[in-house]
Amino acid sequence: MVSLTINGKVVRAEEGEYLLAVIRRMGIDVPALCQHEAVEPYGGCRLCMVEITKDSWDGWKKYVTSCLYPVEQDLIVTTHSDKVNDLRRGILDLFLARNPETPLIQKLAADYGLTRTSYEAIPEPNDCILCSICTRVCDAMGFSAISMVNRGHGKEVAPPLHQAPPDCVGCLACAQACPTNYITYEDVGNRRTIWNKQFELLVCDKTGRPTITKEFADYLIKNREIPEDYFRIDDASHREELADKMGRITRWSVTEEAK
Amino acid sequence: MRIESEKQLRDYRKKLIEADKKLVKKIMVCHGPGCLASGAEKISAEFEKQLKKKRIKGVSIESVKKTGCHSFCEKSPLVAIEPAQVLYTRVQIRDVAEIIEKSVKGDDVIERLVYHDPKTDEAIEKYPDIPFYKHQTRIALRNLGKINACDIDDYIRVGGYDAAVKAVLHMTPDEVIDEVKKANLRGRGGGGFPAGRKWESCRKIEADVRYVVCNGDEGDPGAFMDRAIMEGDPHTVLEGMIIAAYAIGAKDGYIYVREEYPLAVINLQKAIEQAEAIGLLGDNIMGTSFSLRIHINRGAGAFVCGESSALMMSVAGHVGEPRAKYIRSVQKGLYDQPTVLNNVETYSNVPMIISNGADWFTSIGAPKNSGTKAFSLVGKVRHTGLIEVPMGTTLRTIIYDIGGGIQKDRQFKAVQTGGPSGGCLAEQHLDLSVDFDTLTAHGSMMGSGGMIVMDERTCMVDVAKYFLSFLVSESCGKCIPCREGLYQLYKLAIAISEGRGKEEDIARMERLSDHVVVGSLCGLGKSGPNPFLSTVANFRDEYLAHIVDHKCSAGVCKELIKFEVITEKCDGCMACISACAVNAITGKKKQPHIINQELCTKCGACVAACNRDAIAVF
Repeated sequence: MVSLTINGKVVRAEEGEYLLAVIRRMGIDVPALCQHEAVEPYGGCRLCMVEITKDSWDGWKKYVTSCLYPVEQDLIVTTHSDKVNDLRRGILDLFLARNPETPLIQKLAADYGLTRTSYEAIPEPNDCILCSICTRVCDAMGFSAISMVNRGHGKEVAPPLHQAPPDCVGCLACAQACPTNYITYEDVGNRRTIWNKQFELLVCDKTGRPTITKEFADYLIKNREIPEDYFRIDDASHREELADKMGRITRWSVTEEAK
Repeated sequence: MRIESEKQLRDYRKKLIEADKKLVKKIMVCHGPGCLASGAEKISAEFEKQLKKKRIKGVSIESVKKTGCHSFCEKSPLVAIEPAQVLYTRVQIRDVAEIIEKSVKGDDVIERLVYHDPKTDEAIEKYPDIPFYKHQTRIALRNLGKINACDIDDYIRVGGYDAAVKAVLHMTPDEVIDEVKKANLRGRGGGGFPAGRKWESCRKIEADVRYVVCNGDEGDPGAFMDRAIMEGDPHTVLEGMIIAAYAIGAKDGYIYVREEYPLAVINLQKAIEQAEAIGLLGDNIMGTSFSLRIHINRGAGAFVCGESSALMMSVAGHVGEPRAKYIRSVQKGLYDQPTVLNNVETYSNVPMIISNGADWFTSIGAPKNSGTKAFSLVGKVRHTGLIEVPMGTTLRTIIYDIGGGIQKDRQFKAVQTGGPSGGCLAEQHLDLSVDFDTLTAHGSMMGSGGMIVMDERTCMVDVAKYFLSFLVSESCGKCIPCREGLYQLYKLAIAISEGRGKEEDIARMERLSDHVVVGSLCGLGKSGPNPFLSTVANFRDEYLAHIVDHKCSAGVCKELIKFEVITEKCDGCMACISACAVNAITGKKKQPHIINQELCTKCGACVAACNRDAIAVF
């Protein structure tokens, strides 16, 4: 365990923990757009920057992204100093130039006193904030079907060659993790379309409702040791079966005890 | 043969020196980047062809050496005759027969081909007397132009692999690190971090696997120091890496070579094979338990991959994006293992430090900045080329003594050091000592060693705009301050150069620059606003002239200038009329011409075509 000071309060943290986790545990609101609990920190949005110093640093201060900075003994952290707030405002100003119509950005910018960007907005704005959560989630799922392509100002999230991604199984992890709902998909009947790729959904034997894609089910059966007939029924039916089983066990044990 | 002791290496060297003595004359044909581009390969082939036919005592085909860069690129192609130390410049194929006849067979010097002082027109026969060479001290570039690039025997003959043998057989890893630490060798890639300290902290970390990596991803526009070393003296890079790997305990090494340097890849590959063949590389080096395999990785053309963490991502096969370095790469680098990364020039200094000792190294250069630094001197300077000077040399010496001053005796305006994210220094900085700390203190940086000299016809707003556009397209785009911030800075710089800027824009840009510097993830972004910050600090008047007066005094920014014929000077030769691609110039023979401002695209072709300086830029 190490102990450090955050906004004047002394706190203890596990060694190897990142600052942002400790800050959030204290209930302090530090914005972070590229942070997602399912994946490793990234350090792209720079909004979680905080000011750090130590008594032994002779007044020298450093600005670091708290999502990536490991806790250190005797660290003194300030999450909302004037300089940090100014920096966040500056970054949100840049975000507003790129994503002027995105509600998440608008709300966050309003928290820091900005309603519109002071820069020239880019010609064709969209809702992608390039946080890379989708691609990192896709990597973590084991597919790497989409990635960041191009660099600099032309960077975007895309499947290979902008074609329907061959490695995509239609699991929707990217769309569900996307903080701005930029990634869209469509489920019509037992058909799913995402990234311009069409999938057929399996149908529950009991309810007739569509479940997950055949490709995703095959992958899970093959790689995650899930029984082959598991995807025959949908989640709700699984829960019902389980509840039924648990109920029977309980009834049985009650009768046993009574004896 | 495998070299397993110091004596063996010495005996082998003796044999090589004996064999070399039999060559009475040597013809060193420069095969550096500049000379190759101007036809050096054909010249060396012509020498070989003609020597085959002739029988000259003590001269054979082996006398023709295809060496690395002779570094006086402005006068390429270059041929030096050794041991007379005569340097022939701008050699053509038709000169080859004469050179063989007079300087190889005989001992005459062809005055027409030697260097002439631009001011006095005096012929200087021997290259050590040419001012361009006289003020240089060569450590990293010591073998360039002296040996055959792809020949390990040549390298061993001039003392090569002495240091590696000394380190591996007679020193402990700690002794090697101590020596490099004492020499205070600072990273030549630009950061200036002491190499010895880096090696020491890597060695201290407990791990089974460690890596040495060499950064050969030299991406700064106009820089070619590392290229010259990798192409012209690849063995020195290997030797430096062998010593580093021995010191930290690495078994694998990677050289990351820029995509644009195919010859460097070929020469390094040959060098690796040659070194492995005699047991200086590979398993059980020199018969000890120390093994090292060196692999070559080619970049894919991204500037950001010269940044250490992005480079390691790229070597590992990922997208070349940097990561935050709160955990340093000596702790967790390539494949998450402790890694030492140094650049080409740093490694090529290492053998000399081990051979000659730290005291020798610290006796050269400035306090806390020992040794030398290589620069590629380019731009509007008279003698462009590759130079190496002791740290602490002034910019004035570099530009005026080595570089021979500004072309066409124009006025010096600025010198840009440190690559795209370095800064522009002005006239008042000319007497600054060139070292890591001084340059950084004055808003520029050492960088990897690009040095671009600019004259009065360079517009500083345009320079800032150019470098910002480079950085905008080379930013990896991972973090927003660099991706969006530099883009907005670039947009604002365009507005100023087009006369659309407002006075408050400068303050806005300064504030934005501060956010980019503090907020960015890696060195590219952190130093990205430097082109703007250093030009606005030293040339604020020029920015204001663009904004307030809508004037570009250098005559560069198209939206703010116009071309006009000075009627008194125009003799009506019609040269400009035929040069104009848009037919904007009209006029009759022997009568002053007129430029139609509405049609004029301000391309400047008429100015270049006019022999009487009769077209002025306002």
